[in-house]
Amino acid sequence: MSAETRTGGYQVVGTRPIRHDALDKVTGRALYGADVHLPGTVYGKVARSPHAHAIIRSIDTREAEAMPGVLAVITAKDLPSLTDKLAQLGESVVNLRDLSANVLAPKKVLYHGHPVAAVCAVSTHVAEEAVKRIQVDYEVLPAVLDVLEAMKEGSPLLHQDLKTHSMGKTAEKPSNVASHFQWKLGDVEKGFAKAEVVVERSFRTATVHQGYIEPHNTTARWNPDGSVTIWCSTQGPFAIRSQLSEVLKLPVSKIKVIPMEIGGGFGAKFPLYVHPLAAVLAKKVGRPVKMTLSRVEELLATGPAPGSYLWAKMGATRDGRLVAAQAKLVYEAGAYPGSAVGAGGLCIFSPYHIENTLIDGYDVVVNKARSSAYRAPGATNAAFASETLIDEICEKLKMDPIEFRLKNAAKEGDPRADGPKHPKIGCRETMEAARNHPHYRSALGGKFRGRGVASGFWINGGGQSSAVANVMSDGTVSLIEGSPDIGGTRTTAAMQIAEVLGLRAEEVNPMVVDTDTIGYTDGTGGSRTTFATGLAAIEAGRDILCQMKERAAKLFELPVEDVEHADGEFRNRKDPKKTLTFKAIAEQMGQTGGPIVGRATVQPGGVGPAFATHVVDVEVDPDTGKVTILRYTAVQDAGKAIHPSYVEGQMQGGVVQGIGWALNEEFIYDEQGRMLNSSFLDYRMPTALDLPMIDTVIVEVPNPGHPYGVRGVGEVPIVPPPAALANAIYHAIGVRIPDLPMSPRRILEALGKA
Amino acid sequence: MSKKIHVHTRINGEEVEFLCEPRQSLLEVLRDELGLTGAKEGCNNGNCGACNVVLDDRLVNSCLVLAVEVEGHEVTTVEGVASSKGLHPIQQKFLEHAALQCGVCTPGFIVAAKALLDRNPKPTEHQVRHWLAGNLCRCTGYDKIVRAVLDASACGSPGQK
Amino acid sequence: MSPFDYAAPRSIAEAAALLQQAGDDGRVLAGGTDLIVQVRENRRRVKLFIDVKNIPELNELSCSARKGLVIGAAVPCYRITSDSKVAQAYPGLLDAAGIIGGVQIQGRASIGGNLCNASPAADSIPALIALEAACVIAGPQGSREVPVEQFCTGPGKTVLGRGEMVVALRLPPPKKGSGAHYLRFIPRNEMDIAVVGAGASVVLDKAGKTIVSARIALGAVAPTPLYVAEAGAALAGREVSEAAVLQAAESARAAARPITDMRGSAAQRKHLSAVLVRRALEKAIERARNGRA
Repeated sequence: MSAETRTGGYQVVGTRPIRHDALDKVTGRALYGADVHLPGTVYGKVARSPHAHAIIRSIDTREAEAMPGVLAVITAKDLPSLTDKLAQLGESVVNLRDLSANVLAPKKVLYHGHPVAAVCAVSTHVAEEAVKRIQVDYEVLPAVLDVLEAMKEGSPLLHQDLKTHSMGKTAEKPSNVASHFQWKLGDVEKGFAKAEVVVERSFRTATVHQGYIEPHNTTARWNPDGSVTIWCSTQGPFAIRSQLSEVLKLPVSKIKVIPMEIGGGFGAKFPLYVHPLAAVLAKKVGRPVKMTLSRVEELLATGPAPGSYLWAKMGATRDGRLVAAQAKLVYEAGAYPGSAVGAGGLCIFSPYHIENTLIDGYDVVVNKARSSAYRAPGATNAAFASETLIDEICEKLKMDPIEFRLKNAAKEGDPRADGPKHPKIGCRETMEAARNHPHYRSALGGKFRGRGVASGFWINGGGQSSAVANVMSDGTVSLIEGSPDIGGTRTTAAMQIAEVLGLRAEEVNPMVVDTDTIGYTDGTGGSRTTFATGLAAIEAGRDILCQMKERAAKLFELPVEDVEHADGEFRNRKDPKKTLTFKAIAEQMGQTGGPIVGRATVQPGGVGPAFATHVVDVEVDPDTGKVTILRYTAVQDAGKAIHPSYVEGQMQGGVVQGIGWALNEEFIYDEQGRMLNSSFLDYRMPTALDLPMIDTVIVEVPNPGHPYGVRGVGEVPIVPPPAALANAIYHAIGVRIPDLPMSPRRILEALGKA
Repeated sequence: MSKKIHVHTRINGEEVEFLCEPRQSLLEVLRDELGLTGAKEGCNNGNCGACNVVLDDRLVNSCLVLAVEVEGHEVTTVEGVASSKGLHPIQQKFLEHAALQCGVCTPGFIVAAKALLDRNPKPTEHQVRHWLAGNLCRCTGYDKIVRAVLDASACGSPGQK
Repeated sequence: MSPFDYAAPRSIAEAAALLQQAGDDGRVLAGGTDLIVQVRENRRRVKLFIDVKNIPELNELSCSARKGLVIGAAVPCYRITSDSKVAQAYPGLLDAAGIIGGVQIQGRASIGGNLCNASPAADSIPALIALEAACVIAGPQGSREVPVEQFCTGPGKTVLGRGEMVVALRLPPPKKGSGAHYLRFIPRNEMDIAVVGAGASVVLDKAGKTIVSARIALGAVAPTPLYVAEAGAALAGREVSEAAVLQAAESARAAARPITDMRGSAAQRKHLSAVLVRRALEKAIERARNGRA
């Protein structure tokens, strides 16, 4: 635990200092988006569709507008109209016209909870009352919620102009299938012909939510100069700025986004929701407008990760070599195209070296909220299928599931199904560490108990980051960055620059600033922040070192080539006894040439992918179908863990989200497509009482693309849990449950008891 | 709008008076009227614990208490957990164990955990998990939170109020 | 939230007058853990909240061997579960009172409120039925007592008339050789609404071998909590045996008439009715034998 622990020759990297922002967070002082309160603030609320699919015939806002305390009401007419345009936003590509239509429906509502109008009033209560008085005349249309139904000819169409884009061609007739891709490696037919064991199965996974505890929020102020300032909770302040710029038709220079502390996101705090509504209302009423979503609104209209239909087939030789694998992945995009099916496709077989693979992916619109990224988007669904089939093969071959995986583990240079070759990876190393772990070596006795294993892969992201580091005259550094800190990345960036400069982590003061104050920085997502913003911090540190060497040279009265930096000191190469500390140079900045400011912008290419292998023991109550998790061990390659505690935390958090996805979380709809369980009471995320401690093993196979070897760690831990649990449940009860969630009801049904 | 009501209460040891509508929850008044934004709104229906405060020695969800109901009672929020002498041991252990990620559920957990240790200075792991079941955390998987609470109890933080 | 008024009467008479005047617009507020959520989510329209927590009778909690247990309608669950006398005499009630929400809800929610909310899935009601509890009701025509199994008339509906309110619950003193238990099935381990709940009480003979009488009730399998008289009656006079317990469980399964909703299917609830009644009876018998009432 102590900050003094040194590993791998590092002074700061690999230690566990107390997080810079933690004091504010344990005392309640940290300011999140909903804690912003500007003088004169008024409050906005959204009117939402009660129908899953309907044409808006008319909207009558008169009664709402006449209410005392109501200041303004807007509908889609108050937003600029947009044409088709694709833009890269956060972790996905978005059509801006769809984005605007999702913010406020112009003609048609496409899901229960789709916004149709927004109200601004003197209090949230008045705004809520006014929302109830907005009269919308709907022509209700049949809704389609299931991807396979939505693909059928004659299914209700969400978009009359949506035509399937498939492998470079666009179909003639409209369809709910937005796109189709196919990736081929080798010859899958020949591969299956060689296989001596072939298994195949269909799977379904339910729509689930990211479930961050802090709802979306925005405070907008329209300034007299025509610019707008936005305080909000977001993973990507620059992504919010660019989306707002498009939706409001304002140049980015007129929009300042101030990212407040963020209460979780998991991929779902990139998209635009109430931000433009607050801005337009603020312009209309001339006062700051604050909008926060309720939990009901969160579950109805934000987030969800796509539900899916999956079919997969895998073949192996009798000696345990995977020779062929095929998959068809059909993902719910929700109301507008853009599910994570592509990422699912590139992850599904990637932990293994398989010469012949064929993957088909379909992105299908249905009458549900537009899906968004959720931690390794798309990969968890896919791994549920492939990792279950591998367990079936192991059972047929009577092979140990980790030995089998090791025999087929992907290594550097192996091609991925989508084309690229694996760089240096730690796939095998995580499997070995899982095999050697006391958990896996322990015996699991008892009736209705089972052990499950699964592996997972995630590509991780790179992107662009900026950092500025100001040297203070007391020898400390303030680090300015643009990556919202969702789980300790201020500190991991600070630790990396501290390592460069020979400072302690505590001697760097990191802060996340607004979009006017720092250079462009991609959002906190794709497991990229400690890698890319960390790299920017390192580069900014190196920039400081260069400048400091010059100052030292001045003080030593030597040419700069004769100054070296080692062990945290600047030395005179000619006379090593002559040294200057960082602090000494900092103190004399004013006399040696003025302030020292390091700066760096990066767009790194050397992203290191992540692998994980999980082992879980469960006990199933055969009378109730309830699953109790007895023990869970997660192994993951972090490349290099900058702050091991927060790497463990990412692993544990990802595992538990995966457990929720596996066992109880699901969106439940009625036949008309209305969501029934839009509360934390009935959308059942795991509580502390549902879990054991989550054991973690950090494997470190350094990523050559980063000075300290960092790989992203945030996402891959959510990939294996549903498959690991499915395998464990099978070994406990002897029945495979191919559908998520594996709820008590579903297990009872599988056992023939209900 | 119904008439506002005058409420007289004690918050974090200080006498406080405020005006509120009957429909305003204690959480709303703490956050919007009194500037005590440590308690967070996560669900507004008693299922997440982010708005936890202590009302006369009982841990409650402030979203499920009407502000008018605290007339004559005493409220302690997360802002009242640390003393002028420094952090409460629970807060210190949260720091040391890295028991937070995004931190938005943290105030609720701190208030809840303190209420537990005030009552039961040496809880078992099961008791900690049971007590904290009304507090949702989506980031940590609870492991480090439970360890922090157990460690705080082992360090003998009992009764610090 | 729609606007409403708030009153905090200090006597039953004052509260009853307010209720009488407000009619359907008025609603008693005790812990508020259901009511506030319902009003906030537009599931119930209330124009006057009548906070009864300042009325002495509604805060009474007394337990005596002679008179039994009186629980004021506003007494929060934590007071019941932390009362050692109640814990000793009515462990079957504690089973239910201790699982109504997490600790934060326990600090506010009352058994009286759980009853008046009249949810088919209310945890306290099957336990109260098994323990032969009665509701003490005050109203314009004076007071009356109603057995708990007759109190709920439909989801969210009760026998309370205009101006009437529940003042207290009255439980008879535990009989010699008796034992009770309540349990529910939920997908998580806390914080869920019962998919099915089952309460059972038994009275055994001195030897602990024969069942003198038994009462069984189910939650979440009918529009109201269900008293399954026939399941208890079938046990009376029989020797304690697995067969007898299973027969009662089957009788409960037969009596259950659940629906399918987002929390469970009809078939699942039928099945769980039998499973939970068996488990409730086994534990109640164990408690009776261990001399814990």
